[in-house]
Amino acid sequence: MSEDIEIETRNLSLWYGDKQALKNIDMKIPEEKVTAIIGPSGCGKSTLIRCFNRMNDIIEICRVKGNILIDGKDIYDKTMDVVELRKNVGMVFQKPNPFPKSIYENIAYATRIHGIKNKKKLNEIVEKCLKQAFLWDEVKDRLDGSARSLSGGQQQRLCIARALAIEPKIILMDEPCSALDPIATAKIEELIRYLSEKYTVVIVTHNMQQAARVSDYTAYMYIGEVIEFGKTKQIFENPSEENTENYITGRFG
Amino acid sequence: MKFDLFTLKKYDYKKIRNLKDNAIRKILFGFGATAVIFIIIILVFLLIEGLPFFLEGDGIDFFTGDVWDPSSPNTPRYGILPMVLGTFLVTLGAIVIAVPIGIGCSIYLAEIAHPKIRETLKPIIEILAGIPSVVYGFFALIILSTWIDDFFNSTTKLNALTGSIMLAIMMLPIIISLSEDAIRSVPQEMKEASLALGLSKWDTIRGVVVPAALSGITAAIILGVARAIGETMTVLMATGNAPVISFDMLSSMRTMTATIAIEMGEVPFGSTHYHSLFAVGIVLFAITFIVNFIADRVMKRFREKY
Repeated sequence: MSEDIEIETRNLSLWYGDKQALKNIDMKIPEEKVTAIIGPSGCGKSTLIRCFNRMNDIIEICRVKGNILIDGKDIYDKTMDVVELRKNVGMVFQKPNPFPKSIYENIAYATRIHGIKNKKKLNEIVEKCLKQAFLWDEVKDRLDGSARSLSGGQQQRLCIARALAIEPKIILMDEPCSALDPIATAKIEELIRYLSEKYTVVIVTHNMQQAARVSDYTAYMYIGEVIEFGKTKQIFENPSEENTENYITGRFG
Repeated sequence: MKFDLFTLKKYDYKKIRNLKDNAIRKILFGFGATAVIFIIIILVFLLIEGLPFFLEGDGIDFFTGDVWDPSSPNTPRYGILPMVLGTFLVTLGAIVIAVPIGIGCSIYLAEIAHPKIRETLKPIIEILAGIPSVVYGFFALIILSTWIDDFFNSTTKLNALTGSIMLAIMMLPIIISLSEDAIRSVPQEMKEASLALGLSKWDTIRGVVVPAALSGITAAIILGVARAIGETMTVLMATGNAPVISFDMLSSMRTMTATIAIEMGEVPFGSTHYHSLFAVGIVLFAITFIVNFIADRVMKRFREKY
């Protein structure tokens, strides 16, 4: 691969208690591209993506071995500031999870804590992020309204806007469309394509068509291992592993 | 012979089943209704015994008078204000003490404490709720009052502050237990969303978890307050029971509940004094009813949220 590498995992293994969830994963995720992680349920896709912002830290029985390098820095190093890491690696979750606050505050809260107190500046950021997330036109008249009054798809775009507001370099998406209808899904997919111009996007999906539509690279995982990783076109049209082909052609999964 | 489901029946099973269902439904309804029936009986009893006071006594003086002296031979006075003030101040003091400790403790238990510590601490806190109030009263009477006397050099050992501290201790298990439930029921995804935005644990608790649990926490506090207002034995033993108008937390005070408990045993049955105690009971009932009603509304709003 010729592109610059944003995230690199080296011999990454992860255990939940005694159960090994990730096995010796070596992967190089390129910068400013969309990388999809596919595979059957329970194969470790979400676990892997949650390593990239160390979200697994909050699970007590979780143990990690190996390295993950982001921009050349080992994020599992003892000196790593996790809070700082997460400012650079945003995340969008499976279920839309806006805060029980107003639409405006959903975006402004974290931004304000990260040091931007100026009201005008905050307004600009909120507007910019909502526009980036294709949500501005739908909510601009009710920014003070509850985020929970939005539809599921709108809530998820709000969550994306919220993640954009802290200006990350990487955006992780953990099955962002699994709770959404096809129209909302199409909007999010369009948004993902647009985001990849400026951000490195890693998306976990169980929807193979979605991976084929939105991603530049695809990793296929099976029982904790990355079986195959390469350009999406190649993975879908000419997989080199039989296991991959079986999954992609729908023989199991 | 062909088996016929509809004609071969010896009994009319459908009818029997319906009868049984109906009977069970009615019995269970009866059980369900008991609580309501008891409330109605108590309310009616209070009204029957209390309302005559307003016919024979001075209803206006009852609500506005500042002297409670029912046993005066010449001019007995039935002003409820000193006791309303006593209840109010003692409860307010208890709120000031219990709310910060209770919320702090529930945040610690729900968000910070290691599960093992939580599993040890929570039952201990819940034991606090099971201690008989007369035991709390003893403690206040013998030990706490001496400490307060030593520390503040107060004129009287038994005062509003002693009562407030005791009530605070009694409110704590309610506040802690219910707030902890409210905080723990904030969805994990919400916390993850906050952490994923690069917010620290403290920012997450302060800005996301506590606001999301706020109505539950509020309900917990209100229920704690309802407990404090209704508490009798402890305040009776701790506050000194002087029915005076005073805003000094170190002076002796008397609450509505203590008044009823103290005087009920010595009033002549059917006298104005007797009825006046029930009138106090009606006021107390009204106050706790309102407080509980508010708690219920707040709780409902909290449940609707997720």
